Amino acid sequence: MEFFRIRKDIPFMRHALVFNIISLLTFLAAVFFLATRGLHFSVEFTGGTLLEVAYAQAPDLDSIRKKLEADGFADPQVQNFGSSRDVLIRVPLTKNEGKDTESAKVGERVMASLQKVGASDTATATTSNAPTLKRVEFVGPQVGKELAEDGSLALLLVIIGIVLYLAFRFEWRFAVSAIIANLHDVIIILGVFALFQWEFSLPVLAAVLAVLGYSVNESVIVFDRVRETFKKKRGLSTSQVLDHAITSTISRTIITHGCTQAMATSMLVFGGAALHYFAMALTIGILFGIYSSVLVASPLVMWLGVSREQFIKKQADKPEGMTDDGACV
Amino acid sequence: MNRYPLWKNVLVVVALALGLLYTLPNFFGEVPAVQVSSVKATIKIEPKLISRIEDLLKEAGISQNGLFADQNSIRVRLADTDAQLKAKDAIERALNPDPTNASYSVALNLLSASPAWLTGMHALPMYLGLDLRGGVHFLLQVDMKGALTKRLDSTGADLRSLLRDKNIRHGGITREGQSLVIKFREADLREKAKTALADSQPDLLLVEAADGADMKLVATLKLPAEKRIQEFAIKQNITTLHNRINELGVAEPVIQQQGADRIVVQLPGVQDTAKAKDILGRTATLEVRMVDDENSSNPAVMEQAAKGQPPVGTEYYVERGGHGLLVKKQVVLTGERLTDAQAGFDGQTQEAAVHLMLDSAGARIFKDVTRDNVGKRMAILLIEKGKGEVVTAPVIRTEIGGGRVQISGRMSTTEASDVALLLRAGSLAAPMDIIEERTIGPSLGADNISKGFHSTSWGFMAIAVFMMSYYLLFGLVSVLALSANLLLLVALLSLLQATLTLPGIAAIALTLGMAIDANVLINERVREELRFGSSPQAAITAGYERAWATILDSNVTTLIAGVALLIFGSGPVRGFAVVHCLGILTSIFSSVVVSRAMVNVIYGRRRKLDGLSIGQVWKPGVVADPASSTAAAK
Repeated sequence: MEFFRIRKDIPFMRHALVFNIISLLTFLAAVFFLATRGLHFSVEFTGGTLLEVAYAQAPDLDSIRKKLEADGFADPQVQNFGSSRDVLIRVPLTKNEGKDTESAKVGERVMASLQKVGASDTATATTSNAPTLKRVEFVGPQVGKELAEDGSLALLLVIIGIVLYLAFRFEWRFAVSAIIANLHDVIIILGVFALFQWEFSLPVLAAVLAVLGYSVNESVIVFDRVRETFKKKRGLSTSQVLDHAITSTISRTIITHGCTQAMATSMLVFGGAALHYFAMALTIGILFGIYSSVLVASPLVMWLGVSREQFIKKQADKPEGMTDDGACV
Repeated sequence: MNRYPLWKNVLVVVALALGLLYTLPNFFGEVPAVQVSSVKATIKIEPKLISRIEDLLKEAGISQNGLFADQNSIRVRLADTDAQLKAKDAIERALNPDPTNASYSVALNLLSASPAWLTGMHALPMYLGLDLRGGVHFLLQVDMKGALTKRLDSTGADLRSLLRDKNIRHGGITREGQSLVIKFREADLREKAKTALADSQPDLLLVEAADGADMKLVATLKLPAEKRIQEFAIKQNITTLHNRINELGVAEPVIQQQGADRIVVQLPGVQDTAKAKDILGRTATLEVRMVDDENSSNPAVMEQAAKGQPPVGTEYYVERGGHGLLVKKQVVLTGERLTDAQAGFDGQTQEAAVHLMLDSAGARIFKDVTRDNVGKRMAILLIEKGKGEVVTAPVIRTEIGGGRVQISGRMSTTEASDVALLLRAGSLAAPMDIIEERTIGPSLGADNISKGFHSTSWGFMAIAVFMMSYYLLFGLVSVLALSANLLLLVALLSLLQATLTLPGIAAIALTLGMAIDANVLINERVREELRFGSSPQAAITAGYERAWATILDSNVTTLIAGVALLIFGSGPVRGFAVVHCLGILTSIFSSVVVSRAMVNVIYGRRRKLDGLSIGQVWKPGVVADPASSTAAAK
C-alpha cells in the first residue's frame, strides 16, 4: 500500500494567504466565544463541592434540584453524567463560609438532602431507589486560585522552553512561527470548549498543554525538512522549498496523526465520562494541529523572511579547507 | 551491512529482560490479605507477634499463604476473601480482647500475588492512585498564623514572669497581631528589660518605640525562629494525624507534607468520610493529675475500683505494665502548657528519659505542685475520645522549677522515644482546615481501571493493524517496538512506584499514539531512500540516521511541555505528566534502538538483499503494478 502518490510538490504556499485568513477568522471566533461565553471551569478551579451519585432508577432531576434549593444550597447544578441513572451535583462555594472547615461538610449535607428526596417522592420513585455516593470532590477557594495560576505558569514555561529550544536548534523565525501557530491551536481548543460550554477540568488542561507540545513537534518535522532542503537543493525559491518540505512529509503527517487520533478516538469511545473531555480536547488539538503546524506555521516562516542564506551562512564563514567539524589542515 | 556492535545488542536484550522482570508483578494480580498494625505508639510490632499470629491462624484452622512483616505492620496473605474475613475476626478477637480499647488495628488489604523472589528484588506492581482503587483524599491547610499566635501568647506569659523575677516594672504586655508590645514608664527600665530579654529570649527581635508618653518595646519573632516554629507545627500535626489514622485501620495511608503549610492525607479503601473527618479533626489532650496513693495501696479499695466503683473524686486506670491505679479527678496541668517533648537520657544515671518543656504558666504550676507533693506520685494521662490512658506515673523526688521536666525510670530508649512522641502527638500544634476533599467509590475505581485499559488496548490494536498492513514487516517491527515501549514504561512505573491515576493511563495511551510517530518517520524515510534508488541496506542505514535528528527535536519539544506540567501540575495533572515524560524517554529508546536492533537481526546479515518488506514503494513516473503489493523495491 502507498496512499500518497504525489508526483509534484503541492503548491501550498500559493494559497498561503487564504490559509492565514481562515486561521485568523477561526482564531477571532474562538476569542469571541471565550470573551462572551467564558470557559465552564470545573470545581477544581472554581472551588465548591461536586458529588457523583448513582441511582437504581433514573431519578427526577428537577425534584432533586428543588429539594437542594429548599435545603439552603445556593445555585446547585444537577445533571446526568454518563447515564440517566448517574447524577452529577455541583454546589458552589458560598462567600461567608470561606475558610471554615464546615464547608468541607457540604457533601454530607447534600447526601442527607438526597436521601429525603427519595423518601418523600414515593409516588414516582420507590424507596429502594436510594442514591449511592460514587465520588465527592470538595475544593476550597484558595486551591482553585492556585491551580489557575499554576496552569498559566505552566503554559508560559512551555512557550518559553519551546521558543528557546527551536531558536537554538533552528532559527528564531522558526521558533516564533511555530509557537504562534500552535498557540492559536490552544486558543481554538479553548474557544470550542467555551462555545459548547464543555467542562474545563485539570485533565483537559493537561491535554491542552500536551497538544501544544505535540503540534510543535509537527512543525518541527516540517521545519527539519525545510532546513534539509535549503542545504541540499539550490536554486529553489523559499516558497518552493516550503512546498517541497510539506509535500515530502505529508504522508508521515497524516499517518502519525491518524495513529494518535486512533488512540484519542479509542479513549472517546471506551474511556467513559471521566476521560471524555480529555479525549475531546486531544481530538480538536490533533485536527487543528495538522492544519496549523503545516499550513499556518509555514506561511508565517515565509512572511518572516526565512531564506537559504540563514542556513548556509555558517559554512561560508569557515576558512578555506576547513571541514564540517572545524578541523583545518 | 547493518549490524549492531555486540554491546548494543546486549543493551537491548538486557533492557527488555529487565523490563519484562519488573512488569511481571502486574500480571499476578492481588490476593486478599489481613494487615495488623499497632494503634498505639507504645506498642511495637515485634517478631514475637508474627509467630503468635501464625499460631492463632493454625488454631482457627485457616491456612495462610505467607506472612510478611515490615517496620510498622504484619501482613498475612490468604487464599480467598472468605478466609480473609475469618482470619480478620480470629486475629481481632485474640489481639484486641477489649474492643473499646484496641491496641492493634486489623485491616483488610490486598497484597500482590507475585512470588517472593520478585518482591525480594523490589519488583512490585504499579502503585494505583485513589481514583483507581477508591478511597478518600484530603488536603489540609495548617493555620501557620495560628501556630505563631499560640507561640506568642505563651511567650507573653514567659516575659511577664521573667520581668517579675528580675524586678523590672512595666505597664503591661499585650499581643498586637504578630508582635508583643511591652509598655514602660521610664527609659532606663526599658533599657534594663531589653538587655534581660535579649539574654533569655534569643528568638525575639526587640525594637524600641514610643507612643505619646509611653515607652514601648515591640518584640517580634525572628525569621529563623518563625520558620522553626512553623516546621515544628507541621511535623507535629503530621505525627498526630499518623496516630489518629492508625486507629482507622487503613491499610496504606499516605500522610505527606505538601508545600510549606499543607498536608495531604490519602486513605485508600476508606468510604466513610464522616468518620475519617471526625478522627482527623479530633483533639487529644494531655493531662497531669495526682495519684491517690493512699487508696491505690489499699487492696480492698482497688478491688472495688477495678469493678467500677472507685472512691469519690478519683478514677481507676490501668497503668502500662498492668498495675491498677487511682488518679484524682482534679487536673493539675493540661497539654496546652506543653511546648515540646523529646526523648533523651538522664544526666546522672544515664537512664532513658523524656524531657518535657512547659511554658511559663505551666512551669509555675508545676513548681508549686511538685514542691507540695514530694514523695508522691503524679500521673501523666493522654485523654482521647473522652477516655484516658496513663502514659506514666512517676514519683516526685524534688521540687521541679524552670519548666523543664524529666520523666525517667523503668523505661527503655524505645519506650522513651515512644512516650515523647505520644506526648508531642497528643494535640495539634496548629489548627487545620480541610481545603480539598475527594472521595472515590471502589466500584468507580475498578470501572476507571477497565475503561483506561480498554481505551489503551483498542487504540493499540487499531494502530497495530494499520502499521502491519501498511508497512508489512517494518510495520511488525514498529508494533513490536511499540510493545517494547509499553513494556519499558510499565516496568519503569512499577520500579519507581509512581502513582498511576486515570489521567496516567490516558497518558500511557497518548504516549503510545505519539510514540508510533518515530517509527512512521523512520519507515517513511526508508521508503523515500528506496524511491530514490538506494540499495536496501543503504536505505535502512540512511533512513534511521536521517530520521534520528527529527525524532530527537520533536521529542524534546514534547518533553518540554511534559516537564512544565510536572513542575506546575498537581493532583491529576502531575499523574499525567509523570507518565507522559517517562513515556517520551522510553519511546525514544524503543522506537530507535530496539526497532533498529530487530531490523538488523532480520536484514543486517544478508549480503545480497533483493528488497525490504516495507510495503509498496511507489516511484514517480513508474506505473505501479497492483499485483506486487507485498513487494519489494529495488
